[in-house]
Amino acid sequence: MAKSFILITGRTTKQGRTIHLGKQAKDYIDEVSALEMNPADMEALQVKEGDRVRLRTDHGSSVVRCKKGTVPPGLLFIAYGQFVNALVGPDTQGTGMPNTKGIEVEVEKDDSG
Amino acid sequence: MTVAKEMRVVKDVTCPFCGVTCDDLEVHVEDGKIRDVKNACVLGKDTFLHHLEGLATPRIDGKPASIEACIEAAADILARAKYPLIYGLDSTELHAHRKAIELADLIGANIDHTSSVCHAPSLQAVQTVGIPSCTVGEVKNRADLVIFWGANPAEAHPRHATRYSVTVKGMFTPQGRKDRTVIHIDVRRTPTSRMADTFIQIKPHSDYEVFSTLTALVNGHDLDVSEVGGVPLQEWRDLVEVMKGAKFGILYWGMGLTMTRGKYLNVVALLRLCQELNRFTKFLGAPLRGHGNVVGMAQVLTWQTGFPFAVNMSRGYPRFNPGEFSVADLLGRGEVDAALIIAADAIGNFPAKAAQHLKSIPLIAVDPKESETTKVAQVVIPAAQAAVAAEGVAYRMDHIPLPLKKVVDSPYPSDREILDRIIARVLAKRPDDGAKRAAPLPRG
Ligand code: SF4
Repeated sequence: MAKSFILITGRTTKQGRTIHLGKQAKDYIDEVSALEMNPADMEALQVKEGDRVRLRTDHGSSVVRCKKGTVPPGLLFIAYGQFVNALVGPDTQGTGMPNTKGIEVEVEKDDSG
Repeated sequence: MTVAKEMRVVKDVTCPFCGVTCDDLEVHVEDGKIRDVKNACVLGKDTFLHHLEGLATPRIDGKPASIEACIEAAADILARAKYPLIYGLDSTELHAHRKAIELADLIGANIDHTSSVCHAPSLQAVQTVGIPSCTVGEVKNRADLVIFWGANPAEAHPRHATRYSVTVKGMFTPQGRKDRTVIHIDVRRTPTSRMADTFIQIKPHSDYEVFSTLTALVNGHDLDVSEVGGVPLQEWRDLVEVMKGAKFGILYWGMGLTMTRGKYLNVVALLRLCQELNRFTKFLGAPLRGHGNVVGMAQVLTWQTGFPFAVNMSRGYPRFNPGEFSVADLLGRGEVDAALIIAADAIGNFPAKAAQHLKSIPLIAVDPKESETTKVAQVVIPAAQAAVAAEGVAYRMDHIPLPLKKVVDSPYPSDREILDRIIARVLAKRPDDGAKRAAPLPRG
């Protein structure tokens, strides 16, 4: 069953460091595909640390891995990278800035293997 | 026989990675290779230590080519384009910025840079209401109240706290951390919360409401609600007292305000709050800027064209219109017919639809390293990395220009030289130039 969340993106130290290794490097991909979630939300979605979940917006979808985080319930965090880019639309409401933080997403467990 | 190794220590090196722009690095070079970096944070250190990893190679349509042939191919694409885009320019230096603007003027291009997708809303807010601000030196020497809002400098600007804002000792802050109150306000806890005396967690999308509330409270109006942004009103009343009671307050904000709903209006509300506080004490605001030298490009573009980003030169004079000439919009609508991406990985950072359009047009990538953009570009021109293998100037987040050193050699030309050579080839293809392909001016 899918649940709605608000997704925040941002920089992390590890993303900033591993970017120098190239965007194909395993450490970089591991960092930018880790989704921080509140433990109570993980329970509600019946996912464990390391499980895969699918994020979906009107603009696209991404499969990422879950990680227990300190984010409040209802909020998700993921580092900048290709996994979140797939979810962001190009509309900027005339400002030039796409909606890159505070994105409304649907989340469900991904069992596709 | 053993050959003596060449060992050098280069002092006072400026780090190009973030807008803290530390200029106290010590780089140890052995036989032309960087072996160690002192004084930098991990991000700065890795910038230098991994500078040889994943280097780009010159090529056209995926086949190896000489730099000269690549420059010729790039000039061909740009001279032919009807509505080209020049974009990127964060990881480079002032002279390359100037050359990129010259090229945009010559070919009637749209020119935009990474600010467009980071702090452009902050720039729009400053255009709207102005900004009471200062240099980081003043913060270091005077600030007794430091607020970080929607920002995570502990991870994005690691030495900001130790050099300028939290633990550093200054003229009127001789005890460093003990002389300052530090507050972090954000939608989630981050390592920055750990540096603060107080962390206030607000609901996503409530920043504008909270700034308006604080401004009302500063002006002596009380509100008939129990909470704002998920925080009891009493906490906001207490914060206002702390703000008014400070001798010198600074509010640093990050992309938590610019990338979310409200965009520049969030920053307008923040700046109005800072302005109102000046009726009671000295209170300033500043954006925590800078991946690389984005601040430099905004500065150079402003003093050359009058506008800080999203500039269009197709009529032979600069026009500014975010939403029309800004990169995400130009690409999202599929408008540009060729692009030069320099010193930034556009495809790796853009919304999927914008990246898709870049992949469908003639694309030139100038970058020291391989990236998502170089992978699909028709023409790839490797450059000497600014601040590592090419000298120049970068602007710190408070608009102070600092020299970038060349620490090691590169077999490739610098960004500024590449742009200069492209300009020369474009001009050679249009001997009658001067006559730009200007669109007809509107009547009346
Ligand atoms: S704080 Fe920024 S400028 Fe200073 S060393 Fe770290 S990355 Fe470089």
